[in-house]
Amino acid sequence: MYSEKVMDHFKNPRNMGEIENASGVGTVGNAKCGDIMRIFLDIDENGIIKDCKFKTFGCGAAVATSSMATELVMGKSIQEALEVTNKAVMEALDGLPPVKVHCSLLAEEAIHAALWDYAQKNGIQIEGLEKPKNDISEEEEEEDY
Amino acid sequence: MKKMIYLDNAATTKTAPEVVEAMLPYFSEFYGNASAVYDFGGKSKEAISRAREIIGSALGAKENEIYFTAGGSESDNWALKAAAEAYQDKGNHIITTKIEHHAILHTCEYLESRGFEITYLDVDEQGVVKLDQLRASIRPTTILISIMFANNEIGTIQPVAEIGRIARENGILFHTDAVQAFGQVPIDVDELQIDLLSASGHKLNGPKGIGFLYIRKGVKIRSFLHGGAQERKRRAGTENVPGIVGLGRAVELAVSTMEERTARERELRDYLLDRVLKEVPFTRINGSRTSRLPNNANFCFQFIEGESLLIMLDMKGICGSSGSACTSGSLDPSHVLLAIGLPHEIAHGSLRLTLGADTTREDIDETVEAVKEIVAQLREMSPLYEDYMKKRS
Repeated sequence: MYSEKVMDHFKNPRNMGEIENASGVGTVGNAKCGDIMRIFLDIDENGIIKDCKFKTFGCGAAVATSSMATELVMGKSIQEALEVTNKAVMEALDGLPPVKVHCSLLAEEAIHAALWDYAQKNGIQIEGLEKPKNDISEEEEEEDY
Repeated sequence: MKKMIYLDNAATTKTAPEVVEAMLPYFSEFYGNASAVYDFGGKSKEAISRAREIIGSALGAKENEIYFTAGGSESDNWALKAAAEAYQDKGNHIITTKIEHHAILHTCEYLESRGFEITYLDVDEQGVVKLDQLRASIRPTTILISIMFANNEIGTIQPVAEIGRIARENGILFHTDAVQAFGQVPIDVDELQIDLLSASGHKLNGPKGIGFLYIRKGVKIRSFLHGGAQERKRRAGTENVPGIVGLGRAVELAVSTMEERTARERELRDYLLDRVLKEVPFTRINGSRTSRLPNNANFCFQFIEGESLLIMLDMKGICGSSGSACTSGSLDPSHVLLAIGLPHEIAHGSLRLTLGADTTREDIDETVEAVKEIVAQLREMSPLYEDYMKKRS
């Protein structure tokens, strides 16, 4: 059902983990729908993405798109990172099954959310970046059992 | 091929070698049409009636109450649509549950579009239907109660005897989808007051593409497939003779091995449930611990998603299934897990493992080790787990 590239990124996810004191962190998705993606960015004074890591709760496609998205933005400028669309992520993975296309949207949104967080923290405006709409619902507390 | 551990016997089973052996002559040796006049066709006819006898006696039914179909889905469709049509003068109300197989639920949706009214009963947190609600749902127009014998996902066995009694007391037909239960638990249609029962061959080490519908004598539901006079004019089409022979042999084996086989499966299954519950933190077992199919185990692992778990198990040669959204083709997780009251995010992390006659203790040990490792690995990757651990410290 998945391409070899997707399986490769799922089996050997690149840049999985977290960045302490990251320049920007973005979390998108919703546990209710079964996908949450978090992207950590480390951005230097020249606006270059020095490091990027992810954590994902979700299916094989969600993990693979997160992994690919980190590879695509690594070493890029903020403007270049903004141009990493869901289409670019999908193409880099040699495509996704139709029911999984929404996973690639999450990757794009997670990058935007992390950049938005970076902009907020530094009091700057990034041209072409809008406030991320897709935030995880905080009202639901995890229940223990 | 590397060693495979097959723990998805609720999805389908291996056709038993004895079954294949019984079927083989009916492909190229005794291939005659059972409806033919010549003696050669009689061979097929005899084989069909032998299978019918075996199945009838397995259910405490008469052989002329067994009607062969192409499988469980056809049997469910036939039972519901034909009963609705036959009894529509009496009423248009059908009672079923929220945890039925889609062969029932989607047929009910279709019937709703044709003017029938359907009540979908709730289940408790173990997945057991609420009998009070069943009694209270009965109307003068209720023509059919269709409640599964045992659930395909969580394995919960319903109080079928009580349901049968309630249906009979109220003069309502009782259909049960016994696709998962037949061959796993003893069923007597008279004792349990079942009027219609669906079953499938490939769930009990028989072939795929064959099943049957038990129709109690006197129940007036009509043909679903029109054509020739096969199956007492109630199901047209040249009989799938090898399939029928295979189903008969599979039922014979299932009945004769039931006690020993299910005792063994139950013991291994309990060992699996106990080990996973003890060794994997933030885990729950879905379904009843007592009223449960002997081969079914179903878990939810908090903070992780089922499809990822399945792919990683597959990489280790272990076959299981999950009720996560990603495996259902929609954004919602399994309707069964939601019906027992699980929140979406928990239901996404489910794993069903269903044992078979060949499952060994070593298979279970290997599976538990794999599950432990993979769940830990996926939690390392999970932002939900990260948040939970940070909140806790």
